Amino acid sequence: MTDISSSNKAVKDWASAETVSNLKKRHRSEKRFRILGIGAIFTALTLLAILIVSIVGKGATAFLQTTVTLDVTFKEQVIDPKGTRDEATMRAASYGGLVRDALRAEFPDVKGRRDLRVLFGFVSKGAPLQLRDMVLENPDLIGQTIPVTLVASDDIDMFNKGYIPRDVPEGDRRVKDKEITWYDQLAEKGHVETRFNVDFFTSGDSREPEIAGIWGAIVGSMYTLFVTFIISFPIGVMSAIYLEEFAPKNKLTDLIEVNINNLAAVPSIVFGLLGLALFLNVAHLPRSAPLVGGLTLALMTLPTIIIAARASIRSIPDSIRDAALGLGASRQQMVFHHVLPLSMPGIMTGTIIGLSQALGETAPLLMIGMVAFIVDIPGAVTDPATVLPVQIFLWADSPERAFVEKTSGAIIVLLGFLVFMNALAVVLRKKFERRW
Amino acid sequence: MSISPLIIVLLALCAAGYWFGSKKALAINTNRTSRVFSSRPHQYGMYVVAWGAVPSVVLLVLWFVLSITPVGASATFTELVERILFPVVILLAAVGGVFFSFKKIDADLRVRKTLEGVVYGVLILASTLSIFTTIGIVFSLLFETLQFFEKVPLSEFFLGLEWSPQTALRADQVGSSGAFGAIPLFAGTMLITLIAMIVAVPLGLMSAIYMTEYASSRFRATVKPILEILAGIPTVVYGFFAALTVGVFFRDVGTSLGLSVVSESALAAGVVMGMMIIPFISSLSDDIIMAVPQSLRDGSYGLGATRSETVVKVIIPAALPGIVGAILLAVSRAIGETMIVVMAAGFAANLTANPLEAVTTVTVQIVGLLVGDQEFDSAKTLAAFALALVLFAITLVLNVIALVVVRKYREKYD
Repeated sequence: MTDISSSNKAVKDWASAETVSNLKKRHRSEKRFRILGIGAIFTALTLLAILIVSIVGKGATAFLQTTVTLDVTFKEQVIDPKGTRDEATMRAASYGGLVRDALRAEFPDVKGRRDLRVLFGFVSKGAPLQLRDMVLENPDLIGQTIPVTLVASDDIDMFNKGYIPRDVPEGDRRVKDKEITWYDQLAEKGHVETRFNVDFFTSGDSREPEIAGIWGAIVGSMYTLFVTFIISFPIGVMSAIYLEEFAPKNKLTDLIEVNINNLAAVPSIVFGLLGLALFLNVAHLPRSAPLVGGLTLALMTLPTIIIAARASIRSIPDSIRDAALGLGASRQQMVFHHVLPLSMPGIMTGTIIGLSQALGETAPLLMIGMVAFIVDIPGAVTDPATVLPVQIFLWADSPERAFVEKTSGAIIVLLGFLVFMNALAVVLRKKFERRW
Repeated sequence: MSISPLIIVLLALCAAGYWFGSKKALAINTNRTSRVFSSRPHQYGMYVVAWGAVPSVVLLVLWFVLSITPVGASATFTELVERILFPVVILLAAVGGVFFSFKKIDADLRVRKTLEGVVYGVLILASTLSIFTTIGIVFSLLFETLQFFEKVPLSEFFLGLEWSPQTALRADQVGSSGAFGAIPLFAGTMLITLIAMIVAVPLGLMSAIYMTEYASSRFRATVKPILEILAGIPTVVYGFFAALTVGVFFRDVGTSLGLSVVSESALAAGVVMGMMIIPFISSLSDDIIMAVPQSLRDGSYGLGATRSETVVKVIIPAALPGIVGAILLAVSRAIGETMIVVMAAGFAANLTANPLEAVTTVTVQIVGLLVGDQEFDSAKTLAAFALALVLFAITLVLNVIALVVVRKYREKYD
């Protein structure tokens, strides 16, 4: 009783000015804290938005291509002087001459070595190859003069897309005044067109930005991911099964568990060095090959898959196991006939997420030589290849202005793949998620 | 004989063994007497497959190991062993295994036990792969590192202030081994990591606090996945963003303020790296704050504390060990991050604490030293392995500490 009465005396006057102002202060600081929290989230989201907008803004035009239509004469004496229509002869002919003749015919008043050289740079270095392919496909073209749509060079392409403004002094501009006049003349006739860039999706890498494509890198990525999947999925699932269902509690399993957790946090570049030392220097597997890249990424992805698979297996209730065992199944039959099929959706989700990490990984692949400049589309897992992220890295290093656009375009494609894979994982989870 | 036809033959053999083994078991099954069958027909098939596959796979591995280990024997002999002996032995082993196990099939043969033993062995083997990976990492780094320290003294590497790994062309040249003082690299790594943490820790932590303590579940459900997109973006994309957008932006801002900022500044790389780590910190601390028991919150509210007072005075102190663990994990990630710094930070080793200048990091140097062709035992390439070993050791220690801290924290509230 005395306690209460004494404490009653100590109680403050809750309505006093001091308490009220103190409370106000506290509420203000509460508000500040709240704003700080929202501010943090907002800042993070803004950063994400800036990243995406800057990439899409730079890369959207990579899917467009500037073309120039010229009247090309397929002169017989250039392509096939003997008239044999022999494929080797037609392949070896100088189609560059045809392109140059076509340009000269279009602009007859251009004289002088220098000007001509600039003029010949108007169309891409890939144009002669385009003509060659046309002739090889249809030898009847020889002797005819037809309008052919050729890919413009990267500078003209950049100019057409508005990346090189006209009002900059000529000295600071990669496209000179003369080229602009030619461009305007062609544009007036309607011979300059901007169309969807199919080459970007169908061709391999090139030194010329206007004809460089990502198909080689996509195929390389697919081979690499395939190898990664083939290795890491079965091994990951088997380890998860062992650790969750069979492993006795002892030092060895403890060691394995600690190991898996640590491996998940080892920097990816260290896996690259492991791949370099183990697969290239010891096992002498081919350099730059998706096989080696896939093996290296498999070791890296393994912890992710094991951790996801274990969580999925653990979420299967014991009643399933007890029922199977009660009906006379052996432990392995219980696992392989009941637990594993039921946990498969979760395992697949984890695997897809692991693979999407592997798809975006660059650093370990640099170590095993997948940075080589490769034009050909790889045809097997042992062919030299590059992958999408490495292609992005290579293009990002190139000095040409047009490669900035290509890099951003390739990033958009890569992000598209990642979004697709993650959406797939989410759909799988939503569709097969089961609450026990 | 190359390996793929051999594997195809083995697979065909196993398939045939499975088919005929199951058939034979079924045939016994139909005219069996009163005897009860111990196993199912397809298990007999698998039994035959196991006998065909296990010995030949063991031999294949042996063949592979032998073909990559150098032996002193003469070339023709090794050739003979590798090209003829092994394929023949492997085929014989497979055929013999299939044949004899096929012969052995009868109702008395208890195959399930054997089969499950084999499966069990395979499972154990699969799960020990992670240990072998770690051993592989340690050994592949350690051997090269030891070779490196034969050429460059330990003290120079860990205490030297100058890093210029360019080796001279001739071995007898004076001072041909370059300078391998790694202090500038460690300092640069630390500077960039510090900048990244200054960006990521407040943003990540505050978002986690807001998400757990203030946000409605709907807000949380929409914003959290969006924030986690940041974690899913490949690092090469961040590198490109840092090099082309952020670096240039900081340089321009610096110029307009009258500061000289290089476009490959530590600041740009650090800020972008911090951006990448935000979701990492926020989702880890999210889990940790969620794990603080509700009773602590209720007690604080009951005493009249506001939400922010509860967060600052009760929840954060209670969750501190876990948050420290999360930050340590984030630091170890930042240290090991490669692509952002390769693309946005410099290659020249600069010993400076000024974030507006270019610095280089351990990972940048590893990439710089190993990309491209060079002979494998020069001090230059070996230095990359030494750096990687240091990197591996540091991240390992950070992880172990973080895991221990987090585990201790979990025990406290379980």
